[in-house]
Amino acid sequence: MAIIELKNLWKEYGSEVVLERLNARVEAGEFITIVGASGCGKTTFLKMLLGTENPTRGELLLDGKAIPEEPDATRGIVFQRYSVLPHLTAERNVMLAGELAANRYTGHAFGARRQELKASAQVMLEDVGLGHAINKYPHELSGGMQQRLALAQALIKKPRILLLDEPFGALDPGIRKDMHALVIKLWREQQLTVFMITHDLDEGFYLGTRLWVFDKDRLDPQAPGAYGARITYDLPVGKDDHGTLEDIATRVDSTARVLG
Amino acid sequence: MKKLINQQPGVVSRWALGLLPFVLIAVVYTLSSNARLAENPNDKLLPAPSHMLESMTRMAFEPSKRTGELLLWQDTGASLERLAIGVGLAALTGLVFGIANGAIPLLRAGFSPVVTGISLVPPMAILPILFITFGLEELAKIMLIFIGITPFLIRDLQQRTMEIPEEQIIKMQTLGANTWQIIVRLILPQIMPRLITAVRLSLGSAWLFLIAAEAIAATEGLGYRIFLVRRYLSMDVILPYVMWITLLAFLLDFCLNRYSHWRYPWFHDRSL
Ligand SMILES: Nc1ncnc2c1ncn2[C@@H]1O[C@H](COP(=O)(O)OP(=O)(O)O)[C@@H](O)[C@H]1O
Ligand SMILES: [Mg+2]
Repeated sequence: MAIIELKNLWKEYGSEVVLERLNARVEAGEFITIVGASGCGKTTFLKMLLGTENPTRGELLLDGKAIPEEPDATRGIVFQRYSVLPHLTAERNVMLAGELAANRYTGHAFGARRQELKASAQVMLEDVGLGHAINKYPHELSGGMQQRLALAQALIKKPRILLLDEPFGALDPGIRKDMHALVIKLWREQQLTVFMITHDLDEGFYLGTRLWVFDKDRLDPQAPGAYGARITYDLPVGKDDHGTLEDIATRVDSTARVLG
Repeated sequence: MKKLINQQPGVVSRWALGLLPFVLIAVVYTLSSNARLAENPNDKLLPAPSHMLESMTRMAFEPSKRTGELLLWQDTGASLERLAIGVGLAALTGLVFGIANGAIPLLRAGFSPVVTGISLVPPMAILPILFITFGLEELAKIMLIFIGITPFLIRDLQQRTMEIPEEQIIKMQTLGANTWQIIVRLILPQIMPRLITAVRLSLGSAWLFLIAAEAIAATEGLGYRIFLVRRYLSMDVILPYVMWITLLAFLLDFCLNRYSHWRYPWFHDRSL
């Protein structure tokens, strides 16, 4: 059975149609990259998967049932920023999920349980290349290190679905390459289902297993909100097809110009 | 020569420039005092510094003839105790209600309007009510401080709670946190340094309410003393008392600031 299913999914804010007639099935273990002009509704779609926004029409199913209407531990997320907690050191950020599970009231772990959490947090931090920064606060880490920390923090909870909203958008190109390798590694190890938004079309074309392009196939320049974006391309990634890439790039650009 | 806006003072000149106004005030005061005393040795308005020192030594180290107490320390102890209890209770209440209102929309809908309403009542206007209800003893003075600053603390901390990025609240939920855990592991620790900031801001009002209440009904306290000796035009006591109160206020503020930097480095060191 598909882990995620979209059945004629719509999202509108008042009279503005953001997304319309989305239909797709996603199997567990897929890595979907989403590209599209800014303002076309990618984040809105991710928020629906997260449970902070609800579809206005149609169905969004998780394991065949309506997706929970609030965030929970099945879906982990890394935002572009503000993902880690500024008042905790790197190690405490990663231990947090375990501490919350250890005691419903205090959200703290003690004794042997605490030592276990500490040990596995250290392994996780080594894994994402932060072994040397265990006791640093987030403000003492660079942007790339903060995003690594956010990944470690989300993945130690072993979510079934990982949502990434332009997680590397603010990073330098070199560091981005490292982060790609890291995400692919973690995805393989943990058999996650990943939805990753990126504004970098090239990134979408070689990272992951499946590329979705969100675009408005009907677009009224006088009223950009009249029609919503749809999934205009749904391609397996890997076949290096330069013509398609160019084609997508041109169309997304022209939408971007109208949405401004 | 650099433009004026780009000229920075060095360490020495920074201190010198900072101290200069204080020195000037002292010099001007001493000159004026000398001039007046030369004309009339019994002048009370601008007592000589030596006279003030004498009076304060008496207040601090000689037991009072009437009560046998060391008045300065008795007054200081009484005032600081009232201030500490009043501000402490207000901080605790502000913390609880500020976080509750900020974090839980259902509570906010119920409490936020009434807190805003109460915060508009001028506290001094209800001082008579406090004296009638709580008597002329300690409780009324503590209540004035409490009522005077609590609404501000609640509203400020509610605002600060609502400013915690949505991303972090969502993050906590994806890590499995329930509402209570979000409060104790995310909101409370992030609000604590902001509570200290809010308390520092409200200390000025707290002193105001303390001195006002002591002036009207008390038998000891810094405010009581200066309003008592006013009857004898004892500027030699009033002026040093005012300086002493100012020093206490400064030290309190300084300590809270230092404590906050030491305890919450992540709050003060982050670059915004
Ligand atoms: N809470 C909201 N209320 C009204 N309109 C919204 C809201 N959130 C997003 N939108 C609108 O939905 C559209 C898509 O936004 P978004 O999903 O953030 O785009 P993207 O992530 O693709 O850049 C935008 O036009 C935006 O103005
Ligand atoms: Mg977005």
